[in-house]
Amino acid sequence: MAIDTTAAAPAVTSAHGRPRHETGWRRAGGYAGRLVLVVFFAFPIVFMFVSSLKPDDQIFGDISSIKAFLPVGHVSLDNYATVFDTVPAGRFLLNSIGLSVVTVALGLFVNSVAAFALSRMRWKGSGIVLAAIIATLVVPFETFALPLVWWVNKLPWLTVRGGVPLWEFGWLDTYRVQFVPFIANAFAIYLFYSYFQSIPKDLDEAARVDGAGWFRIYRSVVMPLSGPAIATVSILTFLPAWNQYLWPLMVIQSEQLRPVMVGVSYFFQLKVQWGAMMAYSTLITIPVLVLFLCFQRAFIGSIAASGVKG
Amino acid sequence: MSIQTAATAAEPTIQAKAGATTTRAHRHEARSGILMVAPAVVLLLVFFFIPVVLCFLLAFTNARLISPTPAHLTGLDNFTRLFRDPVFWASLRNTFYFAVVVVPLQSGFALLLALLINVRMRGTNFFRTMYFIPVVTSIVVVSILWRFMYQPHGLINSILQTASFNVVQGTDWLNNTASAMPAIMFMSIWQAVGFHMVIWLSGLQTIPEERYEAAELDGANTWEKFRYVTWPGLRATRTFILVTITIAALSLFAQINVMTDGGPLNSTTTMVYQAVRTGYRQQETAYASAISLIFFALVLAVSLVQRYLTRDKD
Repeated sequence: MAIDTTAAAPAVTSAHGRPRHETGWRRAGGYAGRLVLVVFFAFPIVFMFVSSLKPDDQIFGDISSIKAFLPVGHVSLDNYATVFDTVPAGRFLLNSIGLSVVTVALGLFVNSVAAFALSRMRWKGSGIVLAAIIATLVVPFETFALPLVWWVNKLPWLTVRGGVPLWEFGWLDTYRVQFVPFIANAFAIYLFYSYFQSIPKDLDEAARVDGAGWFRIYRSVVMPLSGPAIATVSILTFLPAWNQYLWPLMVIQSEQLRPVMVGVSYFFQLKVQWGAMMAYSTLITIPVLVLFLCFQRAFIGSIAASGVKG
Repeated sequence: MSIQTAATAAEPTIQAKAGATTTRAHRHEARSGILMVAPAVVLLLVFFFIPVVLCFLLAFTNARLISPTPAHLTGLDNFTRLFRDPVFWASLRNTFYFAVVVVPLQSGFALLLALLINVRMRGTNFFRTMYFIPVVTSIVVVSILWRFMYQPHGLINSILQTASFNVVQGTDWLNNTASAMPAIMFMSIWQAVGFHMVIWLSGLQTIPEERYEAAELDGANTWEKFRYVTWPGLRATRTFILVTITIAALSLFAQINVMTDGGPLNSTTTMVYQAVRTGYRQQETAYASAISLIFFALVLAVSLVQRYLTRDKD
């Protein structure tokens, strides 16, 4: 397996509080304990993958033996076919991919530009703006989600009807309501801000002597040096965007606009088809899981970086 | 603010230039700065500050999501109705029950995992990755999966039977008022513990190695090293972990919506679930805002109390 061959990242391993010379038995015991925990965290996921390949009666037939975790018996992709028959799964996946990419891309730009202005430029009120942005971090989304539904239903939007520009009201049941509210992100601004603070200011001084404008300094001096911050913010904004559930549940009615997580409700109607449900769950989990396994160090690093908030 | 003064002091070269050019450059800098921060500020105003203020205002009206007549002030009506509603009290009780059990168990378990990973041995990276996998799995998927495993003839009961040689028979976990909430707690800890393991881990790595060496020279055993070196070294991390786990626990929603719909007999309904049920399904925005307001006060109170209790004592 690719993940365990390399030695752990230097930042993450150090031998605090461990005896230097462990006996063979103790070491074996240490591995056994840690492997039991691997089983504890992995068995439901393995069960989900394996069950997605089996017909319902066989899932329940295998449940009292180790076969529940092994792809044996009538293994097929029938459940996946059922998924695409019952649910517009392709559409949902495309919606979620599109919405996540747009949220992350626009968020990267808007939040880093704001952080640049707060960290690099002098203007009246920047201290107050920064303090106000940081203060928003203590308020969870759930506290204002309901008033927000009422509010977006009143917001205007400029449309063109027959060549005439026209104000329309109400954002419910659109694509924009699913990403615009999540572009600006106080935590992303904060992460960019603290990263930019660590980049020496002499660099932009030099660029300014050469006649570079502010946006130029942002684009060609600061951003190229901010790879780790960009990775962290991308991951920390991608995960919630892909996992959106509460919000689209409330603001989306049309089937063609729904993201993947809302699609699960299709399987709870009438008779529950567990095999198909496991197939759908697998489908919407795999993209994130693959990304995680490819970039696991960046993922875990970004979560660790989120801990600096305290 | 200290951050701003530091930035001001750091740019001596510009001040050195001639007076007129400096003023113009300053004005240009201020204008560009405001322009660059504007998109984020406008978006936060529209999608954060206004809705938060609206939450306070709407709670004292009779606003509905879609209504032919405009909303008007109704004073404390929503709150008197709320305090007479037994389902609201049930949701408050359940939210507390969930937080009181999950916060200590999850933070303790996460710390244990972090200590297991924070050693010099082959494969720690593999273990860390595996413990972290549930975190990157959506809570919605996790809820479906566990709802399936918690079935009367599901995987959990079959594992319990096999492991106990048929002594334990298991139960219909999610359809039993006594077991539904504990079942959801167990699953929630399973899903989120890896997240806090990583945060504990980053806290552990800030403790300098020399302190452990010094403790070892003094003849400290493993427990003493934990008690006198590790634990004091984790003070800042502790506050962060407690606050984030508590707020996440109080915001419990997706698990309930996917697994139990608040049942059986309101034994798993929570504050956020109640707010969504009244505000979205019954379209009573004002009543839901009143619930949200109480939820907000609760979150604020909890984080203030925790910050006070775990404050820097020096």
